[in-house]
Amino acid sequence: MLSKRIIICLDVRAGKTTKGIRFAGNEDIGDPVEMAREYYEQGVDELVFYDITASSDARDIMIDVVRAVARNIFIPFSVGGGIRTLEDMYRVLDAGAEKISINSAAVLDPGLIGRGARHFGSQCIVLGMDVLKVEKTARIPSGYEIYINGGRQPMNLDALEWAKRGEAAGAGEICLNSIDADGTVEGYELELTALISRNVGIPVIASGGAGSPEHLSDVFKIGGADAALVASMVHYRWHTVADIKKHLALEGIPVREIF
Amino acid sequence: MIAIIDYEAGNLRSVERALRHIGKACLVTKAPGEILRARRVIFPGVGAAGRAMEVIRARGLDSVIAAVAARKTPLLGICLGAQIILSESEENSTQCLGILEGRALRFPQTGLKIPHMGWNDTTRHREHPLFEGIDGKAHFYFVHSYYPAPHRSEDVLAHTDYGVAFPSVIGRGNVAAVQFHPEKSGRQGLRLLENFCSWNGEA
Repeated sequence: MLSKRIIICLDVRAGKTTKGIRFAGNEDIGDPVEMAREYYEQGVDELVFYDITASSDARDIMIDVVRAVARNIFIPFSVGGGIRTLEDMYRVLDAGAEKISINSAAVLDPGLIGRGARHFGSQCIVLGMDVLKVEKTARIPSGYEIYINGGRQPMNLDALEWAKRGEAAGAGEICLNSIDADGTVEGYELELTALISRNVGIPVIASGGAGSPEHLSDVFKIGGADAALVASMVHYRWHTVADIKKHLALEGIPVREIF
Repeated sequence: MIAIIDYEAGNLRSVERALRHIGKACLVTKAPGEILRARRVIFPGVGAAGRAMEVIRARGLDSVIAAVAARKTPLLGICLGAQIILSESEENSTQCLGILEGRALRFPQTGLKIPHMGWNDTTRHREHPLFEGIDGKAHFYFVHSYYPAPHRSEDVLAHTDYGVAFPSVIGRGNVAAVQFHPEKSGRQGLRLLENFCSWNGEA
């Protein structure tokens, strides 16, 4: 049976893993290559690296990180942050990433999703969405709005509509981040996850709010997510991948066992 | 030396990196002579069957792969490679290599998401040197919308459940192929590649 995936997210700034709360205030917490290796040994199913350095000269540092990760771990991983062109995508995939995640760039240039999918295959293209709960209006009928630029800029774009457009354009997966839940460690935005997951035919990764193994069982059972992103709860060593998987297995959720 | 056949179909470098990691010398190549001289051959691939077969035919690699299979050289197909060693594929209605009789089929609509993406387990139909030392409950990483369906049931070495029970490891004699990505399947996947590297091609 297909198992539910646990994906660990590492935000990388100038070659270091960093952790922030609600997109503001960051602290460095370690070397991304070493952390990736440790999580790989723990049995994580997938990794995501977000390059949160915006400047182009730091992009080369990120490519070095991707190369080093690819030499050391043999599970899929994706890279996001600052990817705006096919050339950017090619560099990251060539360095060894399995997938690339595009977020703001896709909203500003929706054709990028289709171009990436045609060039590299849909399985390579993850559509990242930063979503804030808002009042339902004619323009935002789902009550969830797309934000870009690290959650700072509202786009007057409905999240459900955008998810469907992304799927139609060729995205292979959606990484759905709740701005409301992000960094709170109080649980995923279950209503949002369920709304998107039940209305698209591609896998949905729930992101934002994970603080305990129970949050993951909730997002799989109630939210219908295919995968769950975690960060603080493992980076700060509150839980290991094994703890989380043990809990999920007890809840009857299929997980990949580690041997 | 292990030859990894280069036909512009993705994931070649990840297979190469995985082999280097387990200490095996390998060469990503499209040169027929190098492929025919290799002790073992890996036929990987990501992408669409139609385009892949165009490139393979344009480079004359179809006859090279057939020769490798006929010479009893251990041959491992991965993902798309596991589909296009069959006679044909539903994807772009493509005539394929015909090393094993069968078709690659698209997953039927069962309400499950397509592609089948993520970690899934296998049920073995019989023992095979590729499985040596790998727990029967091990999961492997899959990403695909089509799957290989050999005509002969004895060519199915293991199956996986995703709405349907589909063949996930197939083979006959010196030819074996896996629908999943061993190079992305953690320790168990690396073990499968090691097993391939020490397999004498008899099964």
